[in-house]
Amino acid sequence: MTNQPWQVQIKIQRQRAGEKPYVQAFALEVDPDEYVLDAVERIWAFHDRTLTYRHACHHSTCGACGMRVNGREKLTCITTIRSVTQNGGTIRIDPLRNFPVVSDLVVDMGDFFLRMNKSDFNSVAPDNAARLPYEHPKKLETQTEGEPERLVDCIECGLCISACPAANTDKEYVGPAVLAAIHLMYTQNPSQKLINQADDHSGLWRCHSAYECTEVCPSGVDPAWRIMDMRKTVFKDRVKSIIKPRLPEKKDA
Amino acid sequence: MKTTPPSAIIIGAGFTGCALAYDLAQRGFAVMVVERGELASGTSGRTHGLLHSGARYCVTDAEAAIECIQENIILRRIAKQCIEYNGGYFVALDDADLGYAPAFFQGVQNCGIPVDEISVKRALEAEPALNPKILTAFQVPDAAFDPLRLAMAFAASARQHGAKFNTFFDVVGFLRDGQGKICGVSAINRHSGKPVDFHADITVNATGAWAGKVAEFAGVTVPVRPTPGVMVAYEKRVTTRVINRLCEPDDGDILLPQRRMAVIGTTSFEVEEADYIPVYPDQVKQMHQRAALLVPELENIKMRGAYMSARPLIGGMMSGRSLSRTFKCYDHQTDEGINGLVTVTGGKATTCRAMAEKTADLVCQKLGWQRVCETAQYPLADYHLYYQANEAAA
Repeated sequence: MTNQPWQVQIKIQRQRAGEKPYVQAFALEVDPDEYVLDAVERIWAFHDRTLTYRHACHHSTCGACGMRVNGREKLTCITTIRSVTQNGGTIRIDPLRNFPVVSDLVVDMGDFFLRMNKSDFNSVAPDNAARLPYEHPKKLETQTEGEPERLVDCIECGLCISACPAANTDKEYVGPAVLAAIHLMYTQNPSQKLINQADDHSGLWRCHSAYECTEVCPSGVDPAWRIMDMRKTVFKDRVKSIIKPRLPEKKDA
Repeated sequence: MKTTPPSAIIIGAGFTGCALAYDLAQRGFAVMVVERGELASGTSGRTHGLLHSGARYCVTDAEAAIECIQENIILRRIAKQCIEYNGGYFVALDDADLGYAPAFFQGVQNCGIPVDEISVKRALEAEPALNPKILTAFQVPDAAFDPLRLAMAFAASARQHGAKFNTFFDVVGFLRDGQGKICGVSAINRHSGKPVDFHADITVNATGAWAGKVAEFAGVTVPVRPTPGVMVAYEKRVTTRVINRLCEPDDGDILLPQRRMAVIGTTSFEVEEADYIPVYPDQVKQMHQRAALLVPELENIKMRGAYMSARPLIGGMMSGRSLSRTFKCYDHQTDEGINGLVTVTGGKATTCRAMAEKTADLVCQKLGWQRVCETAQYPLADYHLYYQANEAAA
């Protein structure tokens, strides 16, 4: 990162609580290899202390810094300036769509996190369960006590929900991340409860297969594939229940 | 002795502030947290993410090492939801590292840290990406955690006990009663730009690297030194365990697996102002070299991110690396005659619960409130539920 500095203009959508949004431009000298979030933080530190934005880990493990950069959902802590503009260019930054804006770039993640919680989403899983089922499983080490575990791929950043055209037209739609979470939990621990949660008009069947979620996911969750795979599971379950009527839910409820 | 529950304001919603909110709320306090940004948006969010076994400090800073192993065991039990617990290795790469081994082995045992010396062959079988030239390996109970989720889990637990969180409220001064006692804070709601006052029996300054700046509002000094270090994240999780270099605490001596990444850290230098710390390219380059010493394939793996985090080290005459990693509570009444204000700073993410316990003990003692700490006994609430009490309050 020993580059000639670039001059860029950063246009940010500003909005005070309860007031109308407007766009404010900041002229900034940047290193093309630094990250968009670094530039936002510098605007706050040196240009305008009233700017509000969410951030925490600065390396894509926490999911707090999702924004729309030039109209595209990005995790700004790992998005380089170079990847979104050029020397003398402009970067437009807006809050995520399909979430209530609290102020400036801060959106309210409350409903989304509570929906994730309802899917029993567990942030830590055995390493192999944390992978996509179509990836090669990792060979288990011979000499370890117990199976290695890790934090799963979904960082609950909300980019997929912001990018989803179905979420944009239906506020009741739980959205790709929640359905992907249900799928992930189902692959680890199948239950009728998870099938019923997914099999809902505000669930699996609201998805239009636009695949925008998989496109913008910074973490390789592949929500679109998980939604399609979960549809197969639900479909099989429906067929099974026609052939052999389902017993009333007991242990899974 | 007081019979109506006392009230407390906590400035700062990093690990310490969130853990303290939980502790005081569980002891019956009416708790209000005031934080200028999002939860964990200062040092806490940008921590390396290492749940220390304490072994890193067992030779140079036994007090911090003992705190770490005690809290490591507790957090693994109560915060399992955001910890990948796979253990860690300390590996020797050269003769100087080997020379450190006896002191290290003695140190970990003195501090009560479980340790296993394992053969190089076995270490390489378990971690095939490790530098094949390692000379020896010790296994310790290190782990990796997700920083934001750890803070949220404490905050969710605090909320279940009635604590209120005002994020994006910037404290601009202290309120005083007729006798000069601090009885709350003035803040600006950063969402609306409007000023607001909060009143409480006691105010705790839990702002870590910023504790000195906040204390200045009350005219008191806290000798905290913001001491940043750089972390570099890579696109590939190259090991299952945390890999530490077997040496005294040094630059780039810890390689941490986290999600699908590997994160190397860190450096150490002092700054006056912790609000914005640039990521220096030469430090990133140095981390890259150090990372490749531990796991050679990192040489050719793409970097995913680089960031700075400012440790709140408690100052003395020594330089950053030799300052203790332990923490300190300041009762500004006994030290400077300012009643109603307590500061807690220093410490590690790993020890945040213990920092909260000690601070809450001091606060209870000051207010004559006789309740004991119970935060080590129960698992924390699911971190998602940080938002549930939010809804209920609205």
